Amino acid sequence: MRLHIKNVSHSYDQVEALRDIDFGIEPGEVVALIGPSGCGKSTLLSIIGGLLKPTGGEVLMCDQAKPEGCLNPLTYVFQDFALLPWRTVAGNISLVLEDHALSKSERDERIAEVLAQTNLSDFADAYPKQLSGGMKQRVGIARALSVRPAVLLMDEPLSALDAQTRILLLDEFSDMFARTGMTAVYVTHNLNEAVRLAHKVVALRRRPGTIKEIHSIDVPIKDRVEGMPELIAHEQALWALIRDEAIAADKELEHVA
Amino acid sequence: MSRDVEQGAPASLVRFRATGFNPKSNPVAAWASFVVVIALWQLGSSTGFISELAMPSPVAVAKALWQLIVSGDLWLHLGASLQRLVGGWIMGTVAGLVVGFLVGMFTWARSPGVALVSALFPIPKIALLPLFIIWFGIGEPSKFATIAFGVFFPTVINTFGGVDNVQRNLIRMGQSFDLPMTSVVRKIILPGALPTILSGFRISSSIAIILLIAAEMIGAQYGIGALILAAGNLYQTDQLIAGVVVLSLMGLCVSWLLGRLDRWLLGWR
Repeated sequence: MRLHIKNVSHSYDQVEALRDIDFGIEPGEVVALIGPSGCGKSTLLSIIGGLLKPTGGEVLMCDQAKPEGCLNPLTYVFQDFALLPWRTVAGNISLVLEDHALSKSERDERIAEVLAQTNLSDFADAYPKQLSGGMKQRVGIARALSVRPAVLLMDEPLSALDAQTRILLLDEFSDMFARTGMTAVYVTHNLNEAVRLAHKVVALRRRPGTIKEIHSIDVPIKDRVEGMPELIAHEQALWALIRDEAIAADKELEHVA
Repeated sequence: MSRDVEQGAPASLVRFRATGFNPKSNPVAAWASFVVVIALWQLGSSTGFISELAMPSPVAVAKALWQLIVSGDLWLHLGASLQRLVGGWIMGTVAGLVVGFLVGMFTWARSPGVALVSALFPIPKIALLPLFIIWFGIGEPSKFATIAFGVFFPTVINTFGGVDNVQRNLIRMGQSFDLPMTSVVRKIILPGALPTILSGFRISSSIAIILLIAAEMIGAQYGIGALILAAGNLYQTDQLIAGVVVLSLMGLCVSWLLGRLDRWLLGWR
């Protein structure tokens, strides 16, 4: 599915958060959104996912091509996992399947499949409180995969995790994108994550968020490894792109404090 | 480095400072406290320190309670009270849950609902019993209405408070997966609000018992409140205290039942 983010603007009361954002997301493409704090990355993702109405512009699904068995074309992965504490791992995944026309066996089959994909098969009956942060995020991924989305929308999925878990999950995401050719929009403030996972990095200026540059990374995702000189060069280029914006945003926050 | 420090000056132990502020429950002490109070009470009565007329001894109260049981009077009074308590509580709770959910979920219900509840909640509900008697008569309906009215407000407040406390990201998650509104309410909002609703049940059940007794003291032939009032009028203090003991046991039973409900519904915690 191809998405067109067409002249999207958004304001919260008097505060202009985004102005005239316009870019496309091609099928099989992973697009990272980066920028300084408060530049509107998560706001833009919420607009793309239909969780926030833009005050200007629109998001268009340019074709209806969806993966087989797709139940929810635009599917979110949340920064804070958003798991129901009163449901087990399998129950949390089942939640997003229960209202669709699937038989119980079809539902169970999907749950087993995504649990296997995310190495959680042994934890189907565990409750979220019994899981580590990394496992909780795996459940979030499994839940998103269970509806076979056309586009995966990931809102800083690693930012709530410790450094070691982040490295492990980053490898898993990289492997998942390389293996499945999935379309995704990935919000992050971590440039390393952006250069490891994205085909295209959209760098936003600070408030009001506008596109500063769309930076392409042409190394195939499956070939990308930590510390690769080409990736380091891309990371440095991106940092040079947003450094001044990040410093200015930091000073602005300091001022507010 | 550490060896140098040890060699340089006499070592002193780091004092543990994180003591206290960590109370633990002790079931033995809880039961022992009952035994001690009853023993002291009996001792006071036996030695004449406590007048039998003002306060009968525990043995006298136990005898009165036994008399009530064997004569069948207790079941008559208790049955009438339980009927009113359960009926009134269910009516108030159902209405409170419905209004609480509406206030918690819909803009059109929020402002009027909060304003009305805030204005009516502080009224002592027993003050309205005479009005309910005028409306519904001296019989059962006025007693049910008093209890239901008293239960309604804390239930509304806890229900909409519980709905407000459901994490918004869980609701957004449901919406992001296109869950229908009924599923968001049934599978996310209701279980998320349940801990606060259940703690509201504890408050509303206590209020229901207070109002039950007050209503029964105003106009009832049977009921624990009526039993206590009649015993007081006849200076039968042993029966009066026996009635109070039954009330205490009734409160304990309600609390135990709510505890079971809590464990059943909120086992995931």
